[in-house]
Amino acid sequence: MRPCACAAANREEATRVQLYLPIADIPVNVFLILAMGAAVGFVSGMFGIGGGFLMTPLLIFVGIAPAVAVASVASHIAASSFSGAISYWRRRAIDPLLAAVLLVGGTAGTALGVWTFTYLRSLGQLDLMIALSYVILLTTVGGLMFWEGLRAMLRARRGGAVTLRKPGSHGWIHGLPLKLRFKRSKIYLSVIPIVVVGLVIGFIGAIMGIGGGFILVPLMIYLLRVPTSTVIGTSMVLTLVTMVIATMLHAMTNHLVDAVLALILMVGGVTGAQFGARAGQKIRGEHLRLLLGLLVLAVGIRFAVELVIRPQDLYSIRESGGVPP
Amino acid sequence: MRLRAPLAIIGLLTLTLAAAPAHAERLIVSVSNHRVTVTPNYSGGELVLFGSVEKDAETPANRGNYDLVVTVSGPRADMVTRRKARRFGIWINTDSRQFLEVPGYLALFSNRPFDEIASADVQRRQQLGLNNVLLMQRVGSDYADVVPNDAFRSAFVRLRSEHGLYREATSAVTFLTPTLFRTGIPLPAEVPIGIYNVEIKLFTDGALVTKTETAFEIVKVGFEQFVAITARQNGFAYGLVTAFMALMTGWMASIVFRKD
Repeated sequence: MRPCACAAANREEATRVQLYLPIADIPVNVFLILAMGAAVGFVSGMFGIGGGFLMTPLLIFVGIAPAVAVASVASHIAASSFSGAISYWRRRAIDPLLAAVLLVGGTAGTALGVWTFTYLRSLGQLDLMIALSYVILLTTVGGLMFWEGLRAMLRARRGGAVTLRKPGSHGWIHGLPLKLRFKRSKIYLSVIPIVVVGLVIGFIGAIMGIGGGFILVPLMIYLLRVPTSTVIGTSMVLTLVTMVIATMLHAMTNHLVDAVLALILMVGGVTGAQFGARAGQKIRGEHLRLLLGLLVLAVGIRFAVELVIRPQDLYSIRESGGVPP
Repeated sequence: MRLRAPLAIIGLLTLTLAAAPAHAERLIVSVSNHRVTVTPNYSGGELVLFGSVEKDAETPANRGNYDLVVTVSGPRADMVTRRKARRFGIWINTDSRQFLEVPGYLALFSNRPFDEIASADVQRRQQLGLNNVLLMQRVGSDYADVVPNDAFRSAFVRLRSEHGLYREATSAVTFLTPTLFRTGIPLPAEVPIGIYNVEIKLFTDGALVTKTETAFEIVKVGFEQFVAITARQNGFAYGLVTAFMALMTGWMASIVFRKD
């Protein structure tokens, strides 16, 4: 996946905007990475998601090692979720107690995730597991979103009323013990499912380099029945803290966080998000969901294709400790 | 690359003179630069090794058909080569071999093909050519170098060669006069940093006459290198700074783009 042996003039041109990534250990075009950050930021602003599930694959597709991509994107997501969390905090759209309970699970999940990440890396199966997780998660979630969006669109066209389940109905979740009253969200709920949700999101996030917002928000709405007024702000707090922890742990155990790469992504990402948010307000909800579903599905399929076709080279080399450079 | 040849030559001359045993021939060599500084926008370069064969009174007068083999080996490290195979319809890493203490950069240069310089036996003993260089592998609990056409070994050499890190050129050494020679040492953009050993072996009529060694160092400078070293040696502080940087960027964005 190295750049080809291009003409000398081309090379001259390229070196001017070329930047050497210290940890990823490859030279990249600054504007390409900046543009990728902005594009993903635009999409994330438009849909109100973190965008890690797009950023990490894009980095892998341009030739950055999956492990470095995952570790570096964690800090990028921390930046974008922090700016989001600040604005939600000002609007009092964050439930502090709910966020705290989620974080109990989230912290443990992240630590577990980074540990698993390190273990898989030592086995030489990390890249495969990252790709497989993306295929499974993205095709499932993307397929569901696409289907949901399509159905909602057809319903709207037929003019039928949107039938959601009644807010008062109680599922098995509400029969669990250790209940707490979450004042700002106005819900009365057991802490067990909340901790479990935090744990799962933290774990997936640390391994895959995603904030997990696109799974967390539906889970909180449909499973935990958190009202829409606090759901996004609270989920951002979880994303923020788990990603800061993930950054720290990845930097301490695997030394794979590329700060230079992360900074370029952050700058591109936070800028793109502002324009994305404005664009998102002009598109109807069900169209938005349909688009997002398609996007998620496409990334998942891209990973699946990569796994199924015969690789160009069956062999690969990795340094395995020994004498440090 | 700055040229600091004069100083280096003097240093080497004294070194070679002092260490020279009572051989019939003596090699005097130097590289064009003993300390190569690689900046972030470095896109490859070349060092020049030059030297001469010094004869003395004991040298048979008719000796002239010299052959030279130059071996450049970079800093050593352990590396794993993995092989993918199809399992359950997808391609995954199934088999691997660990190469122990293998050079990160390896180049072999000579003035003519190794087969013409020496017999197969001498080639093996003197490690002439990529096929004959010792690359120690761990096979199960054994340590051994396997046959040159071993699948993992050849894949390893091929992959390193594709990145320009392993190379072999049997016409790279040129004799300017019967005793004066030079060769270029190409250093691609991805050269690992560290000490590089250069071994120069002089052959005549298929036998090793004498050899000498020199070395150069590759150092990377600049901000990128500082970041790489900090990340490796001080993970906690590095993580803390990165996390702080993320929060600052996020906070700045929320100020700059504040709508209310």
